[in-house]
Amino acid sequence: MKKSALKKTTVPFFATVKKVVRYLAHYRILFGLSLLLATVSVISLLYLPVLTGQAIDLIVAPGKVDFENLTPLLTRGLVVIGITALSQWFMSICNNRITFGIVRRLRQDAFVSIQKLPLSFLDKHPVGGLVSRVISDADQFTDGLLMGFSQLFTGVLTILGTLGFMLALNPWLTLWVVLVTPLSLFVASFIAKRTHQMFQKQTETRGEQTALIDEMIGSHKTVVAFSHEDEALAEFDEVNDRLELVSRKATFFSSLTNPSTRFVNNLVYAGVALIGALMILGTDGDMLTVGLLSCFLTYANQYTKPFNEISGVITELQLAMTCAARLFELIEAQPEPPEPEDAEVLAPEDINGRVSLRAVCFSYDPEKELIQNLNLSLHKGQRVAIVGPTGCGKTTVINLLMRFYDVDSGEISVSGIDIRHMKRHSLRNAYGMVLQDTWLSAGTVKENIAFGRPDATNEEIVAAAKAAHADSFIRRLPDGYNTQLSEGGGMLSQGQKQLLCIARVFLCLPPMLILDEATSSIDTRTELKIQNAFADLMEGRTSFIVAHRLSTIKEADVILVMKNGRIIEQGDHKTLLKQGGFYAEMYNSQFDS
Amino acid sequence: MKVFFRFFKLYPKESILAPLFKLLEACFDLLVPLVVAVIVDQGVGEGNRSLIIQMSLVLVLLAVVGLSCALCAQYFAAKSAIGTAARLRHELFAHMQAFTYAQTDCVGTSTMITRMTSDINQVQSGINMTLRLFLRSPIIVLGAMLMAFTIHTRLALIFVVAIPLLSVVVFGVMLGGIPLFKRVQSRLDHVTAVTRENLAGVRVIRAFCKEEEEIEAFDRANKEQTSLQNKAGILSSLMNPLTYVIVNFAVILLIRQGSVSVNIGGLTQGELVALVNYMGQILVELVKLASTIFLVTKAVACGNRIGAVLNMPSGTDVLAAEAAEPGSAAVTFENVTLAYHRGSHPSLENIEFSVQRGQTVGIIGGTGSGKSSLVNLIPRFYDATEGRVLVNGRDVRSYEPQDLRRLIGVVPQKAELFRGSIRSNLCWGKANATDEELWCALELAQAADFVREKEGMLDAPVEQKGRNFSGGQKQRLTIARALVGAPEILILDDSASALDFVTDARLRGALRTLEHQPTVFVISQRTSSIRHADLIVVLEDGRVVGMGQHKELLDICETYREIHMSQFKGGEEA
Repeated sequence: MKKSALKKTTVPFFATVKKVVRYLAHYRILFGLSLLLATVSVISLLYLPVLTGQAIDLIVAPGKVDFENLTPLLTRGLVVIGITALSQWFMSICNNRITFGIVRRLRQDAFVSIQKLPLSFLDKHPVGGLVSRVISDADQFTDGLLMGFSQLFTGVLTILGTLGFMLALNPWLTLWVVLVTPLSLFVASFIAKRTHQMFQKQTETRGEQTALIDEMIGSHKTVVAFSHEDEALAEFDEVNDRLELVSRKATFFSSLTNPSTRFVNNLVYAGVALIGALMILGTDGDMLTVGLLSCFLTYANQYTKPFNEISGVITELQLAMTCAARLFELIEAQPEPPEPEDAEVLAPEDINGRVSLRAVCFSYDPEKELIQNLNLSLHKGQRVAIVGPTGCGKTTVINLLMRFYDVDSGEISVSGIDIRHMKRHSLRNAYGMVLQDTWLSAGTVKENIAFGRPDATNEEIVAAAKAAHADSFIRRLPDGYNTQLSEGGGMLSQGQKQLLCIARVFLCLPPMLILDEATSSIDTRTELKIQNAFADLMEGRTSFIVAHRLSTIKEADVILVMKNGRIIEQGDHKTLLKQGGFYAEMYNSQFDS
Repeated sequence: MKVFFRFFKLYPKESILAPLFKLLEACFDLLVPLVVAVIVDQGVGEGNRSLIIQMSLVLVLLAVVGLSCALCAQYFAAKSAIGTAARLRHELFAHMQAFTYAQTDCVGTSTMITRMTSDINQVQSGINMTLRLFLRSPIIVLGAMLMAFTIHTRLALIFVVAIPLLSVVVFGVMLGGIPLFKRVQSRLDHVTAVTRENLAGVRVIRAFCKEEEEIEAFDRANKEQTSLQNKAGILSSLMNPLTYVIVNFAVILLIRQGSVSVNIGGLTQGELVALVNYMGQILVELVKLASTIFLVTKAVACGNRIGAVLNMPSGTDVLAAEAAEPGSAAVTFENVTLAYHRGSHPSLENIEFSVQRGQTVGIIGGTGSGKSSLVNLIPRFYDATEGRVLVNGRDVRSYEPQDLRRLIGVVPQKAELFRGSIRSNLCWGKANATDEELWCALELAQAADFVREKEGMLDAPVEQKGRNFSGGQKQRLTIARALVGAPEILILDDSASALDFVTDARLRGALRTLEHQPTVFVISQRTSSIRHADLIVVLEDGRVVGMGQHKELLDICETYREIHMSQFKGGEEA
C-alpha cells in the first residue's frame, strides 16, 4: 500500500518535525514538566553511584569503618532513590499523555480531512492504504514519539551528566572512557551498514514468498480444481530455500551487534580497572579511591548504553517522522472546493425534480477523454436509463449528478440552479441512492434502515422494509429488526443486503432517485417483485437507472446507450430498436443463441 | 508445544549448542566482579602492581572468550531458528495443499495465509530469542546469587529476598499489563473498523449527508482508545521506578550490613564492591528475561495455532477402484444429499439424474439454490453426505482425485489467474500443451483476439491474481484454461456472468463445435444461456423442482416459467 499515488514521502525530516511541534504546543505545560522531571531524574540517578562510592570508601578494613559518617550518607542515598523513582514515574506518565494525545489529534484530523476529501482522491487510493495511514502509521508514530520523549532527552542528559560527573571525579580515567567508547558506536554502525543489504534482500524474498502464498493459498480451490498442488509446492520450496539462506545470513550478522558492543564495553571496563587501580597505588589514594573507582566502573558501564539507545531512537524517530509525514499528507490533502458563501440551501420539498445537463464534458484522466458534450433535459417524474457494456462510464454520470466529481466544463442544474451553486448537502439530500455495492454499517437492521433518518418511528421503518420486500426476511432473522449486523453486513446474503439498502431509500423518499445496478445481485424472480416496489418509488420522481439487465429498463422515458465513455445512442426503447444500432444488437443477443 | 519439539529435532546439535555457548558467556560475565574484587583487595590493598596488570589482562581475556562464545551462540541460534521456520513453512504449505474444499472452508483462506506468514515469523523469532536469551538471563540471575553466597552467606540473603521481589514486580507489571494492552488493542481494532467502514461506504455516507455523525463516532472511538492507553501506560511505567527502588534499596542494605561485616573482618572492601556489582547485573537480566518470556508466550501461541492446522487431517480417502461399466452415462447423481456441516440444513436434497456423454446440461435457480454445490460434487470438491455421484459409471470416490480432475475442466465462478504468463496459466489445464492447442482453446473461449493484441501474445505477463486483465478478459482466459486439456466433462459455473450477451452467445456456439464432444454443465441465472441444453435442471432451495428441456419446462415448471418471464417481460421473444 505504501506505493499509493500519494506522492512518495520525501518530505524533509525537519518540515515534519515542525508540524509535530505545532501539535506539541497543545501540551506545552506537560512538556515542560516532562523536561524538568527528566533533568531531576537523570541528575539524581547519576548522583547515587557517587554516594555509594563515598560509602565504600568509609568501609576500608576491619576496625577502619567510619560508621558515624556512613549513616547520614546512606540516608541521603535513600532520599535520592525516592526522588529518582518518583520523577521517573511521573515523567513516563507525562510522556504517555503527550504522545497519546498528539496521536489522537492527528488521527482525528486525518479522519476529518477524509470526510472533506474529494472522491477523485479517495477513488485513487485503495481503502487499505488509507486505513493503514490512519491506523498503523499513527501507531508507528506513537511508538517512535514515545521512545523519543522517554529516551532521547534522558539519553543526551545521561551522557552529558555522566561526562560531567566523571570529569569531576577523575579527568584521566574519563579520557580513556571517552576515547575508547566511540569504538563501540563505530562497530555498531559498521555492522548495521553491512547487514542493511542482507535485510533488504530478505525483505524482497519474503515479499516474493508472501505473494506466492497469497496466490496459491488464497486461490486454493482453483489449485485443487486443476490438480496443481505439486507444482505449487515445488515453486514454493524454491523460494523457501532461498529465503532460508538470506534470512540466516541477515539474522546472524545483525545479531553480532550486541556481543560486539558488549566486547568494546568490556575493554573499557578492563582499562578503567587497570588505570584506576594503578592510579590509586601511584598517588596513594590522592587522586582516586577504591570507592570512586567502583563508582567509575558503574559509569563506564552506563556510558555506552545511552549511545546505543540514542542511535536506535534516532532510527525509530526517523521512521516515526516518515509515518507522521504520511499522515500529514492526508491531513493537508486538498479538500473539496469550498461551497460559495451564497450557496443555495434547498429542502428536498423545494426541489421540483427538473434536471438538465448542458454541454457536459468530463474525464478522470485529462489524457483520456470520457464524457463529451452530454446534453439532457428532464422534467419531474421522468426516468432515464443508462446502459452499456461494463466499464463504459455509466457510473461516471452518477458521480457527476451527485457531485462526487465536478464537471470539467458545461453545467448540471437541478430545479434550474447550477449544482455548484447549491449546498452539497441540499443536492445530495434530494437524491435517494441505491448502489450495486451494498454498504451497510455495523449496527442493527433497524439502525441501518433508519440511516438517513435516525428519528424515524418503528412503524415507519417497518413500512419502508415492507415496501422494499425486506420485511419477511428481517422477521426471520434471530432478533428481527434488532439483529446486530457486523461490518459489511455479515451473515446476510448479497440480495438481502441490497433489500436493506433499498428500504433505506424508501424511508427517506427524496424527490429524485439514482439506482446504480441496484438489482444486479438479486435473482430475477425476486427482482421482479422489487421492480414493482421500484415502480411505486419512481412514480412522480425523476430517476436515473443504471443497469446491465435490459429487461429492467425498457420502460424508461430516455435510454442513454454508452460505449467507451460516450453516449452513442439516445432515445426510448422502441426508437432504439428500430435504429438497429448497438442497443438493438445488445438487446437481441439476449435471445439468439 | 508439540510442534516445537517436532521441529527442534531437526536441528538438535544447533539447538543444544546455542544455549550452551550462551551459558558459557554468562559464566564468564559472572567472573568479572570477582576479578575486580581481587584487583581491589590484593592489587590495591597490598600494592601489588603486577597482579593488577595480570588481573586486567584476565578481564580482557574474559571479554575475548565471552565474545567468541556469543558469536558461536548467535550463529547456532540463527541456523536453528531460521532452518526450523523454513521446514515448518514447507510442511505447512504441503499440508494445506492437500486440503479439500471442505477443509479450506473450515479453516478459511485468510487464516491459512496468516498461519503461513506472520505466525511462522513469530515462531522463528521466538525460537531465536529462546535460544539466545532464555538460558542466559536465569543463569546470570541465579549465578549472581550463588556468587554472592560464595562471598558472604549472610549478605547473600539480601539477594534471596531481592530477587523474588524483583521478579514479582517485573512479571506482575508485565502480566498485569497483558489484559490491559489486549483491551487497548481491541479498542484500536474498533477505531480501524470505523475508519474502514467509513472509507468503504464513502458514497453512501455522502449521499445521506452523514459526515458529521461519522466524525463524532470516530471521535468517540478514538478518545476511548486514548484514555485506555493512558491507563495501561500508568501501570507499565511503574516497572522501571519500582525495580530501581528495589535494587538500590538492596544496595544500600548491602553497604549497611557489609560495613558491619567489614568492621569485624568477615568481608573485604573489594568483596563488598563485587556484591554491589552483582546486584546491578541482576536487574538488567531480569528485565530481559521478562520480555523474552513475553515474546516466547506469543510464539508458543502462534506455534499452537500452526499445530492445530497441521494436526487437521488433510487429503482425501479413496475407495477401492471400481471397474467402469462400459456404455454407462457420463455423470450420474444417485439420490444425492449434501449438508456442508453435520446437522445443518442440507444444501442439496435427493438429487437424482443422469447425463449421457456429449450432452449439455443447464442448471438454473435463484441465488443460494444449490447450483454450485451440485456441480462441485462431480470433481469431488465435496463429498455427498448421502447417495453417490458417478462419473463414467464409477463412484467419484473410487478415483484418485488427480485422475478424476484430469477428466474434468472447471471454470469457477470467480475468475482467478496466477502470476506468470498467459501460457503458464493456460498450461494448468495440460502441462505440455502445444502452442496450437493453446490458441485453439483461446479461440474457443473468445479470447484469441485480445491475446493477439498483447505484446508477447502467449508469453504476455500475468500479474498476481491477473490484476492486469479486465474482468471479462480474466473470465475468458479461465475458460480457455479449462478447455486446454480437452476435458471429457466441462463445467461452467456461471462463467458467462462477466461477459456481455454477444460474447456469451458466441462462446456457447463455439462449444457446440468441439470435436471431442464433451459433456457440458452450464450454470446460469439467465434462461437465454441454457435454453438449448439437452437437459435443464431447475433448483430451488437445494431441491430439483423441474427437469427437462426448455419448452417442456415452460409448460410444467412454475419456477422456471417465472425465471424466464422475469427476464423476458412482455414475453415478446419467448
